Amino acid sequence: MVRDITFGQYYPGSSAVHKMDARMKFVLTFGMIVCIFVCRNFFSLGLMVLFTSAAVAVSRIPLKMILKSIKPVAVILIFTGILNIFYTKGGETWFSFWKISVTEKGVYTAVFTMIRIIVLVIISSLLTYTTTPTMLTDALERLLSPLKVFHIKVHTLAMMMTLALRFIPTLIEEIERIMNAQKARGADLESGGLIRRAKALIPVFVPLMVSSFRRAYELAFAMTCRCYTGGDGRTRMKQMKLGLRDFIALTVCLAVLAGIITLNHFFPKVI
Amino acid sequence: MAEKLIELKNVTYVYEADEEGEPGYAAVKDVSLDIHKGEFAVILGHNGSGKSTLAKLMNAIYEPSEGTVTVKGIPSDSEENGDKIRRIVGMVFQNPDNQIVATIVEDDVAFGPENLGVEPSEIRRRVDEALKTVGMYEHREREPHKLSGGQKQRVAIAGVLAMQTECIILDEPTAMLDPVGREEVINTIRRLNKEMGITVVLITHFMEEAVLADRVIVFDGGRCIAEGTPREIFSQPGFLIDHGLDIPQSAQLSNALGFEECALTPEECVDKITEMMGGAKND
Repeated sequence: MVRDITFGQYYPGSSAVHKMDARMKFVLTFGMIVCIFVCRNFFSLGLMVLFTSAAVAVSRIPLKMILKSIKPVAVILIFTGILNIFYTKGGETWFSFWKISVTEKGVYTAVFTMIRIIVLVIISSLLTYTTTPTMLTDALERLLSPLKVFHIKVHTLAMMMTLALRFIPTLIEEIERIMNAQKARGADLESGGLIRRAKALIPVFVPLMVSSFRRAYELAFAMTCRCYTGGDGRTRMKQMKLGLRDFIALTVCLAVLAGIITLNHFFPKVI
Repeated sequence: MAEKLIELKNVTYVYEADEEGEPGYAAVKDVSLDIHKGEFAVILGHNGSGKSTLAKLMNAIYEPSEGTVTVKGIPSDSEENGDKIRRIVGMVFQNPDNQIVATIVEDDVAFGPENLGVEPSEIRRRVDEALKTVGMYEHREREPHKLSGGQKQRVAIAGVLAMQTECIILDEPTAMLDPVGREEVINTIRRLNKEMGITVVLITHFMEEAVLADRVIVFDGGRCIAEGTPREIFSQPGFLIDHGLDIPQSAQLSNALGFEECALTPEECVDKITEMMGGAKND
């Protein structure tokens, strides 16, 4: 089944990207995602692609992993591609048949949007590939800590996220186990229409809910045993320190942003 | 006699009746028991004998309904004291999946000391040391869900070790493991006790594990029904079977052969039988 969820899975390594401060990575990832949408023509988008390829190269994440991360969005990719080709009109008509026509602008927009989505996915999975989920939630906790002023329990939220991430593989295993158990009892999970199949899942999800509550209960005991009393007075093994590496990365990203704005200005916009 | 670490005096614990009409019942009834510093005690009992409840009483997760539990003189009667007690007595549970908190092995081991507010550099040192002790150091950057049951359980033990508690209670740590995992975990537990002097309370229903203990405490129906060295306990097979327990095969064999003193391990058994047959002792 869905044993292998790559999105949000850490790929161990010791590259410069891995070693960057998670907070900086978080902020820069967001920044660069915004940059993708700032791009207005193929030149600025090209710069973005160049930056992304460079980042991937530096991170030493194998190309196979990167391709794997694109796979789940392939359908969306094709869908947006087709939609854009046929529905965006303008410029020279390259191909026309009955009510369907493909125009220059349509193709450009389609390609542009597809590259955008690919870059977006690669950048965001680069963050999750090079940062452990613990580091990620840690970074989030620290970035959001100013919200404590508004009495928002940032630590509790971060802890909840860590635990949710931690239990995803465990619960997937559990679902598989329950499904097999129900199949062994003659449950038919794979045939029939949508409604019938959805109904067939009830005997899977009820036991899943029950066991999740039991797990939560046991986990709470285990955490109490390890002296967890909430966020106060906790220290961290892995400290976060902004280093030279992080400022270099920041500079590079700012340079890319400047480049994009310049290129947008000098060349005609596509989208 | 060695210093008392955990003292239970006339402890009773009652699970209250709940709204759905489930009646309340006493899981532990009038138990008085001491755990001494540095010993390896095994609590033996079949399912529902109250041994898990006893474990939770010992590290102040539950407060006794009657009687007192004191750890190094601290009574388990308030939240604050409970926290102090849990710094002395650590606990490992049966299901390794439900006690691992983090998504990376070393982060999980660090969870305990982080909660205690230990300095970061010291946490690092303790985590590395604990992982080396349980033989999981080379797996420190892996994801827990990709480990075997025995490995997960050793990570859980490392998590308690890193807190540097004086005593570790293990509530059926091997019940969900295969024979290989079981052996890994038991060897680790023995090493903690023999080499590092950590007090170990092992709760189990596997007789082969009980054989290794300094002292065996037998539980049935929420009461402590027998206490003694493994040899003393396993020399009375009828008594154990009456209380829904088994006895190790070696003890069974030696009882059947009518040895005065029962053999606990297969090796001992071999020696005794050779002796009986008039052969030379195996060396």
